[in-house]
Amino acid sequence: MTISLSDLIPTLMSLILSKLSAFSAAPIMVMAADPMEQFEIVRLAPFPNVFGFDLSFTNSSLWMTISVTAALIFFTLSTRGRALIPGRAQSVAEIIYEFIANMVRDAIGPEGMKFFPYVFTLFIFVLMNNLFGLFPTIPGAPHGLHTFTATSHIIVTLALAFLTIAIVIIYGFYKNGFGFLKLFVPSGVPAWLLPLIVLIEFISFLSRPLSLGIRLFANMFAGHIILKVFAGFVVSLLGGGFMLKLLALVPMLGIVAVMMLEILVAFLQAYVFAILTCMYLNDAEHADAH
Amino acid sequence: MEAEAAKYIGAGIASLPLAGAAVGLGIIFGNFLSGAFRNPSAAAANQQTLLLAFALTEFTGLLGFVISILILVVF
Repeated sequence: MTISLSDLIPTLMSLILSKLSAFSAAPIMVMAADPMEQFEIVRLAPFPNVFGFDLSFTNSSLWMTISVTAALIFFTLSTRGRALIPGRAQSVAEIIYEFIANMVRDAIGPEGMKFFPYVFTLFIFVLMNNLFGLFPTIPGAPHGLHTFTATSHIIVTLALAFLTIAIVIIYGFYKNGFGFLKLFVPSGVPAWLLPLIVLIEFISFLSRPLSLGIRLFANMFAGHIILKVFAGFVVSLLGGGFMLKLLALVPMLGIVAVMMLEILVAFLQAYVFAILTCMYLNDAEHADAH
Repeated sequence: MEAEAAKYIGAGIASLPLAGAAVGLGIIFGNFLSGAFRNPSAAAANQQTLLLAFALTEFTGLLGFVISILILVVF
């Protein structure tokens, strides 16, 4: 039996597509599924409610565990040798360390290095979750085991953001006492303008955890939706005639382009999250110099 | 007006911020390039600010996109 070119291209395309699209348990030729399906939370190991909280082990927990474990293994193994002249893995670990350490030193100053473990953990956690979410799902994976981006859920990012702001508030009052409230009173403002400025500063402070959390969530959410919408175009076009099947190459290339943008965004959002955390911690450390 | 029609119109309007974000990103990269060509030696030092501005600007557009998707899916 001979395979003509017109059959081969769509077959290859759908093979590649099935590796790209995150629809779980999908056969190779699938209906264009809902782009929201990838965000479904599946209880993998149900657990009874404790005080009204559902503590089940979900696929979100699974992917957070995977990314944290991967980071732990990488940093443990790469820095185990402690070579004076680092090898490849140790170089990468040192570059990441220096990158975050310089960021903390630039934003807060040398005294800010006590926040370094927190900022580094935050950066690695967000970066690993963003990057692991970009892995394609293995075709035919069972329900609930599709590739999942934990940071594409607002509850995860908001929890991280509120943790940061809680640290800022608690440390700010611990370090400066009620002098921390000077944060809301910029110096050099005329007295008649002060009530308005204090109000604006206060509202801007309140909106910080929301903007910090929603920024990361919106970027991950939008990026993954765009990927799956393009994948849906490919699937729909593959259902048509030969010319339509050829046309499916266009959204296919679109997926490749968006994927490259997403890898950049995955890194960039982790970076932005970490540097904004540094800036907010700087406010707590130097509340009087505002 | 039917509720269904209003939903789609609302989702369309909510995605308009993407246009503003596109203009903003163009301004950011354009101005960075024009500055970088004038003084190439100072360009590398400002790369971080550029990426930060890119991420912050992109967010405003994506917020509209997310709200548009939420209108489509939730209601």
